[in-house]
Amino acid sequence: MIRIDSVTKRYPDGTVAVDRLSLEIPDRSITVFVGPSGCGKTTTLRMINRMVEPSEGRILLDGADIHAQPVNTLRRSMGYVIQNAGLFQHRTIVDNIATVPRLLGWSKQKARARAAELMERVGLDTALAKRYPYQLSGGQQQRVGVARALAADPPVLLMDEPFSAVDPVVRKGLQDELLRIQDELGKTIVFVTHDIDEAIKLGTMVAVMRTGGHLAQYAPPAELLTAPADEFVEDFLGADRGIRRLSFFPSTGLELQRAPIVAIDADAGRLGARASADAPYLLVTDLDGRPLGWGEPQDLTAGSIDPARLLSYGRPFMPGRDSLRAALDGSVLSPTGWAVAVDGEGRAVGVVSQQVIGAAIRTAHAEGRDDARVGG
Amino acid sequence: MNVLNFIHAFFSDSSHWHGYDGIPARVWEHIQYSLEALGYAALIGLPVGLVTGHYGRGGNTLALIATAGRALPSFGLLVLMFIWLGFGLLPVMIPLVILAVPPILVTTYEALRSVDPSPVDAARGMGMTESRILFQVELPVALPLILSGLRSAAIQIVSTATIAAYVSLGGLGRYIIDGLYQKNYEKVVGGATLVAAMALVTLGIFWAVARLTVSPGVRRS
Ligand SMILES: Nc1ncnc2c1ncn2[C@@H]1O[C@H](COP(=O)(O)OP(=O)(O)O)[C@@H](O)[C@H]1O
Ligand SMILES: [Mg+2]
Repeated sequence: MIRIDSVTKRYPDGTVAVDRLSLEIPDRSITVFVGPSGCGKTTTLRMINRMVEPSEGRILLDGADIHAQPVNTLRRSMGYVIQNAGLFQHRTIVDNIATVPRLLGWSKQKARARAAELMERVGLDTALAKRYPYQLSGGQQQRVGVARALAADPPVLLMDEPFSAVDPVVRKGLQDELLRIQDELGKTIVFVTHDIDEAIKLGTMVAVMRTGGHLAQYAPPAELLTAPADEFVEDFLGADRGIRRLSFFPSTGLELQRAPIVAIDADAGRLGARASADAPYLLVTDLDGRPLGWGEPQDLTAGSIDPARLLSYGRPFMPGRDSLRAALDGSVLSPTGWAVAVDGEGRAVGVVSQQVIGAAIRTAHAEGRDDARVGG
Repeated sequence: MNVLNFIHAFFSDSSHWHGYDGIPARVWEHIQYSLEALGYAALIGLPVGLVTGHYGRGGNTLALIATAGRALPSFGLLVLMFIWLGFGLLPVMIPLVILAVPPILVTTYEALRSVDPSPVDAARGMGMTESRILFQVELPVALPLILSGLRSAAIQIVSTATIAAYVSLGGLGRYIIDGLYQKNYEKVVGGATLVAAMALVTLGIFWAVARLTVSPGVRRS
C-alpha cells in the first residue's frame, strides 16, 4: 500500500502544485488521479518515485518511508510509463523492454527472453522485436512502453497519461488491454489522466483533483457518479453521469421475453401464436437465430418476410457481460423501444422493453448494487 | 603551365616519394600532428560538452569561450607561442587545440541539449544512474551531431597543421612554405593538393565511423 501523508509540493518559483494531499492507494488495484491540466497530477505521481521531492509530508510504501531505500532501488521496483512512451530510439524493441532487467543485472539472454514474453502479454507481435521505435505506430510504441515498465515484474506501476496521445480507437484498445493485464498480474497501478471517462473506466478508486493541488474527492467511480462531493466534481463528471453510472449495474437480472422472437421461416400458426404475446412487435431472426429486425405482426406474412423491410434492432447486449447501460442504449437505439439480448454467438436469447429496463434500474439503485464492475 | 601540370610534375617525380622530405614522411608527420591536436581537443571538448550538455548548465559560458576561441587567429597565436616557448611541438599544438576545441565543445553541448527529454525522463524514472543516462540514453542519440563537431574540428586541424612548418617542423606545410621560398610552385601546389586530399580522407573516415557507430534507429533521419 502506498500512503500519501499530507504531502505538499511547492516549486522553487512558488507554485503550489500539490497542497496537503493525503490518501491511501490500495494494493493490487488501479488508482486514478484525474483533474484538469495543471492540477498537480503529474507532480503527485512523480513524488511516488522521487522524481520530485515533496516540500512537506511523506510518502510511505508498505509502511516504510520511500526515502528508506536508495532512490534507484525504489525506482527499479516501480514501472514508469509516460505519455509519449519515451522509448530509446537507438535500441530495438526487445532491448528497450529489456532495459530494467539489464539494470538489475540479468544476463542479456534472460532479459531478452523475458522481453519477448512481455511483448506477447501486451499484445505485440514478436516479429516486431528487432525493429526500432520509429518503425512502430504510436499505439504500438505505447504498448512497448507498458511492456518495458512491466519487464522486471515490479509490484507498482506508475502511468502518466499513457494513452492520451493516441486516437480514440487505439486508446480504447489500450485501456481494455490494461484491464486484461491487470486481471492477470494484479499490480498496484497509479494512473494519471485528464480524461474522466478513462478514469471511470479504469479506476478501482478515483482521486479527482482540482487546480491548486487539492483533492476534491476520492471514491470508487460508481460512488463518484452517484454522489459527487461538490459542484466542481459534478461539473467535471459531465452531463450524463446518471447514464454512465448504469455501467456499474449488471444486466444479468433483466427479465427477458422469448415469446416475440420468430425465425424468418416461421409458418402462419407460429406467427399467430407469437403475435398474441404482449409485445407490439416481433423480432425476426435468421435460421441460426441471429436477429434481422423488428416487424409489426400484421405486416409479417408466413413464407414471405422481407428482411429489408424490417425495423432496425439497435445494438444488442449480452446479459452477463454488458451492463444496464448497454441494455438501455440498445432499447433507445431501436425504433421499437425494445432491446435485444444475444449470446456469445450473436443469437437472440430474448428481448426486453424500456419499461422493464427502467424497473431494473430503479431496483438496482435501491439495492445499491454498484460494486460489480461490468463492461459496456 | 597550369595547376594540373604542376600536380602531375610533383607527383610523378620519383625523388618526391622517399627520404625525410618525401611524401610518405611528410604525410605521416601531418597525420601525427593532426591526430595529436584532435586528441587533445577531444579530451577537453568532449567531457566538458557532455557534462554541461547533460545538466543543461553553462551554455552561455560555452558560447563565449567558443566565440573567443574562433576569434583568435591561429597564425598569430603560433607566432606568439613560438616567441614565448621557442621551438618545439607545443607552440604548434596550442593554436591547433584552441582552434579545434570550440566546434567539439559547442556541438557536443548542443547535441545533448537537442536529445528528446522524454526517453531521458523515462530512463531516470526506471532507475538509471545519471552516468548511464548520459552514456546509454543521450550519447547514442546525440552521436551523429557529436561526430559532426569532431569532423569539423578534424578538417580545420588538417588544413591548419601546415603552420607547423613555420616553426621548422615537418608536415605538409613544409612543401608549401619551402616551395614559396624557393619559388618552386610545383612543390606549393603539390603540398596544397596533399592537404586537400587529407581533408577528403578525413571526411571519409568520419562518414565510415558514423556508419559503424550510429544505431540504425537513430540514423534513419
Ligand atoms: N518544475 C516545475 N517548476 C515550477 N512549476 C511547475 C513545475 N512542474 C509543474 N509546475 C506547476 O505545478 C502545477 C502542477 O503541475 P503538474 O503536476 O504537471 O500538473 P498536471 O500533471 O495535473 O497537469 C502547474 O501549475 C505547473 O505549472
Ligand atoms: Mg501532467
